[in-house]
Amino acid sequence: MIPAPFDYVRAGSVEDAIEALVSREDAKLLAGGHSLLPAMRLRVARPATLVDIGRLSDLSYVRADGDGVAIGALTRHHDVAASEALQEMCPIVPYAAGQIGDPQVRHLGTIGGSVAHGDPAGDMPSVLMALDATFVARGPSGERTIAADAFFTSLFQTALAPDEVLTEIRVPRAADGWAYLKFNRRAQDWALVGVAAVRSNGGARVGLTNMGLTPLRATGVEDALNGGADPATAAVRADEGTAPPSDAFGSAEYRRELVKVLVRRALEEAMA
Amino acid sequence: MATTEQYVGQPMLRKEDAPLLAGQGTFVDNQTMAGMVWMELVRPPYVHATVDAIDTSAAAAMPGVIAVLTAADLEDAFPGGLPMVWPITEDIKLPTHWPLTKDRVRFAGDAVAVVVAETRAQAADAAEVVMVEATELPIVLDLEEAAKDEVVLHEDLGTNVVVHWSHGGAGDQSVFESAPVIVQERYEQPRLIPNAIEGRGCLAYGIPAAGEYTLISATQIPHILRVGLSLATGIPQAKLRVIAPDVGGAFGSKLNVYAEEALALALARHLRRPVKWIEDRGENYVATTHGRGVLHDCTLAGTEDGKILGMKFVELADMGAYFQLLTPGIPELGGWVYMGPYAPDAYWYEFRGIMTNATPTDAYRGAGRPEATYVVERLVDAFARRIGKDPAEVRRMNLHPPFTEATASIMGLQVDSGDYEPAFDRALEMADYSQMRKEQAARRESGDVKQIGIGLSSYIEMCGLAPSNILGALRYVAGGWDAAEIECRPFGQIVVRTGTSPHGQGQETAWSQIVADGLGVSPDDVEVLHGDTSVTRLGMDTYGSRSVSVGGEALRRAVEKVKEKARTIAAHELEVAEDDLEWSDGAYRVKGVPDKARTIPDLATSAWTAHALPEGVEPALEGTAVFDPPNFTWPAGTHVCIVEVDTETGKTDILRYVAVDDCGTVINPMIVDGQVHGGIAQGIAEALYEEALYDEHGNLTTSSMTQYLIPSAMEIPRMELDRTETPSTTNGLGVKGIGEAGTIASPPAVVNAVVDAVSHLGVTEVGKPASPERVWRAIQDARGGDA
Repeated sequence: MIPAPFDYVRAGSVEDAIEALVSREDAKLLAGGHSLLPAMRLRVARPATLVDIGRLSDLSYVRADGDGVAIGALTRHHDVAASEALQEMCPIVPYAAGQIGDPQVRHLGTIGGSVAHGDPAGDMPSVLMALDATFVARGPSGERTIAADAFFTSLFQTALAPDEVLTEIRVPRAADGWAYLKFNRRAQDWALVGVAAVRSNGGARVGLTNMGLTPLRATGVEDALNGGADPATAAVRADEGTAPPSDAFGSAEYRRELVKVLVRRALEEAMA
Repeated sequence: MATTEQYVGQPMLRKEDAPLLAGQGTFVDNQTMAGMVWMELVRPPYVHATVDAIDTSAAAAMPGVIAVLTAADLEDAFPGGLPMVWPITEDIKLPTHWPLTKDRVRFAGDAVAVVVAETRAQAADAAEVVMVEATELPIVLDLEEAAKDEVVLHEDLGTNVVVHWSHGGAGDQSVFESAPVIVQERYEQPRLIPNAIEGRGCLAYGIPAAGEYTLISATQIPHILRVGLSLATGIPQAKLRVIAPDVGGAFGSKLNVYAEEALALALARHLRRPVKWIEDRGENYVATTHGRGVLHDCTLAGTEDGKILGMKFVELADMGAYFQLLTPGIPELGGWVYMGPYAPDAYWYEFRGIMTNATPTDAYRGAGRPEATYVVERLVDAFARRIGKDPAEVRRMNLHPPFTEATASIMGLQVDSGDYEPAFDRALEMADYSQMRKEQAARRESGDVKQIGIGLSSYIEMCGLAPSNILGALRYVAGGWDAAEIECRPFGQIVVRTGTSPHGQGQETAWSQIVADGLGVSPDDVEVLHGDTSVTRLGMDTYGSRSVSVGGEALRRAVEKVKEKARTIAAHELEVAEDDLEWSDGAYRVKGVPDKARTIPDLATSAWTAHALPEGVEPALEGTAVFDPPNFTWPAGTHVCIVEVDTETGKTDILRYVAVDDCGTVINPMIVDGQVHGGIAQGIAEALYEEALYDEHGNLTTSSMTQYLIPSAMEIPRMELDRTETPSTTNGLGVKGIGEAGTIASPPAVVNAVVDAVSHLGVTEVGKPASPERVWRAIQDARGGDA
C-alpha cells in the first residue's frame, strides 16, 4: 500500500506537461488518479515521475462542436454524466459515465484518463468506439486528431506518444437510438462484459467492453445488420473476432455467450 | 441522576458512535509515540519452498533502516511458538508455528524476516530488497489431494491429515442404509476472507529496564491475547498489558494470537523503542485467518411422506498451513447443530482436518455453524425435491416440538429452550409464501427469461460460548466465563468494567441499558470501560455471540450485588429493618411510606464519604460478578429469500429477504436489527459473491477488493425482519445472542432460492457462491442433459 519512491511535478499548462514528459525519464501523467494510483500502491506501476495535470481547469468542459460535442479531457465522469449538452446530443455518453465506479470515483476520475489508460474493461472506450469518436492529442510538434478505431492499440496501450497529452474527445450527434448494457457482479465493478449500441443508417455501430486486449467493435454484428439481419440473428456473431479474458469474474467461454445475449438486448433497445 | 424509565427493550441510539462518526476513534493507526519505529514483514513470493539463504545486507543499508532480523536472529526471543488452544483429540498432530518461519515457507503469508525502519515507507522499501534464496516445492490446495499425502507440509508430522474428530453418532445408524428414501449430496464451501473494515495492526512499547510491556492491538481478545503472548514471548503476564482500542470489526479474524503481535513485542524489547505495524489489505488477504473451506458428504434418511429419519455428515476441513489459535476446533463447533431445528432419530457427524498450502483457517462469523447449517438446509431441499414435496411442508412437519426447559437433543447436548414453529409460520406469512409460489408457477408457465425462486432456511445455533465444564470436556484449554465490575462513584456516576471486548457490537449502550434499569439511573450516567487488561482484570472477550449471554449476565449479577449492599446502607439510613424496604420506582423505599427512599446515587455517595455506615459495612458501593454459564444458548429462526434469476445470463437479483429470528429477550432492538442486517449481508455475500480463488501455482487471484467480491449496499436488498421471543433458561436475562444468526441462516436460504428458480429446467445444484457463470453453466448442463 506504500508506493515506491517517485518525483512529482505539477503542470501549470498543457505545454508545461508536455515539457515535463519530454525532459524526464519514465514520466506518467496523473489526472484523476483512479487507475494509476492503485497500481502504484501495489507497486505494479513504478513511474519515476508523476506529472500532475489535475488542476488544468481549461481542459474541463463540454461544449457544442458543429454537429457534435467536444469534451475536455479533464472533465470528471460526474460532470460528463450531468452534462445537458451531452444528454441532448449524445445521451449514451453521460449514461455510460454514470455507470463508472461509484460516486467518489466519478467525482475524481476523468474521461481523458479513462481513455488514455486504454483499459479494455473501461466503459468509456467502447462507447466512444461505437460513436466513432475523435481524440485530440497535443505534443511537442503540435496537435493532431486520432480516430477511435486507430486509438486503442493493445492492452493498456494507445496511439498516444509518450510525450503527448490527450486534450479533447469529440463525439458526433447520436440521439436516435442507443443502449449501453454493462454486465457486472457489483455496481461499482468494471464490466464483466459491456455492450454499446448506437443506431446509424438503418443499422447500428456496436462497441464491446472487456472482450479482448482493447475495446472492440462487433464488426460481425454490424455487417449482419447492414445485410438486413434482425437483432437476434445478428447478435449470434457478437463474439466474432473477440479474445475475452478469463478471470475471477468469469471465464472466456462464459463471456463469449454472455456477449451474444447482451448484444441482442442492446440492439433491441437501441433499434426499438 | 435517579430515574425510573425502562431502558431494556428500547431502541436506544448507540452512545459509542459519536467519536467514531467524528473521526475521533482511538484505532491503532491513529496512535503514535515519541521514538516510534515501523515494522514490515518480509513475505517471499512463494507458496511452498525451502528457505536456503537470506541476504539482508542490501536492506540493512537502506535509508532509515534500524534492523533487519530473521528467525535465527530472534532465536531467543520466543520461548514458545504461537499458541493453539484447542487440541480437540488426544492424537491430534500439532505443527510447530513460529512467528518467523525458520527454513520453509508453507503459505503466502509465511514471513521469513522483519525490517524495522524510522518510517513506514522506508520499512516497505527495505523489505523489498531482502534477498531470499529458496527452492520451490510442489503445492497442494485441494483437500482430497492433500489427504493423499503426496505433498506433506510438515514432514515431522508425516501427514496432512492432522486431526480426525467424530461425534460418535446417536440413534440407530442403520437408517442410513435401510430408510425408504436415501438422499446423498456433496457440498463444497470455498474459503472466505473475513474483511474487517480495519485490518490488523499493533503498537508495542514498554519500560525495558522494568521489563514491562504494553501492546495496543486491533484485537477482539485482549485478555486471551495477554496469556498467549506471555507464553510466546516469555514476558510475565503481570508485566504485560494488552489494550484493544477502538477496533474496526473482526468477524473472528482478530480472535487470535498472531505472529506480528509477538514480533512487535519482541522487537520493542530488543530495540528498546516503540514498534508499530499496520497491515495492508494485500497482507490481510494472505496473513489474516480465512473462514470456511470445507467439503461435506451428506446423507439424509427419510420417508416418502417427508419425515426425516436421520442426518449424517462426513466433512473434510481445510486447516491451512498451520494451526492458529482455534483452527481445529472450528468444525467441531458446528458438530452440535447438524440436526438443525428438526428431530431426526439418527445423527452422525465427523470431520478430518487437512493441512494445505494456504492461509490458516479459523473462526469466521458463525464459526462451524454456518458450514453446518448450509449443508443441512441444502440437504432438506434436496430431500423435498426428491420426494416431490414443498420444502416448506417438509420443514414444518419435521420441526422439533416446543420446549421451555432445557431439553436433551439427539446430538447429546441440552438445548436451553426452543419454539420453532411460530417463527417459521411468521416468516412464511411475511413472505406471502403461497402467493409467491403462484407467481413462480405463472412465470414458469409463460417461459419468462426471468424466473422466480423461493428459498428457505430454518436454523438453530449454539451460542453464548461457553460453559467451562463442557469446554473442558471438549479439550479447550481455557474457560468460557466472563466478568463484570460495577463501581458506583459518588454523586451519581457509575463505572462498569466488562470482560467482553466490543469491537462494533454496541455493548457500551446495551450494558448501560441493563445497569440503568437495574440501578434506577440514566444510561447517560453509566460509563462502560473495556478492552484493556489493566482496566478490566477479568474477562474472556468477545466472540461466539457470547457477550450479552455471558458478559451481560455477569453484569446483571453484579447489579444484584450492588443492590444487596445498597439495601443494607439504605435500611441503616432510613432506620428500618432491611425487610421493611422494597425496590420500586428506581429506589429503595420504606414499605407503605414510599417518600422515605434512598436511590443508588444517594447510597453511593454515603458509601464513599463513609461518614456513617452501618457496623461492619465496608466503604465504597461496588459489585463484581463472574458468571460461568450452565449451558450454551440456542437461538433459532427461519429465513425466506425470493430471487429472480435471468436464465440467459445466470444473474441473480434478490427481490425480497424475510428473516424471523429468536434470540430470546432483546436488550436493544435497534442493535439486534443491525446485527441481523449485517449478518444477512455477509451471508448473501457468501451465497452469491465471495470466494477465495487460487491459480495453479497456489497464488491467491482474488488478492484485493477488486477481485474479491464484497457486495455493496447496491447489491443488498431491503430486509424484512421480525422476531419471536423464547427466553433462554441459561441466564437471568433470558438472552440468547444475535451476532452470528444472520450469517448462519442466510447462505442456504439464498442458494436454495437460486436452485429453486431454475429447478424446473432440470437444475439440482449450482454451487456456492451462485455466481452468474455457475448458474448459467448449471442451466446449460441441464439443457444438454435433456437433448
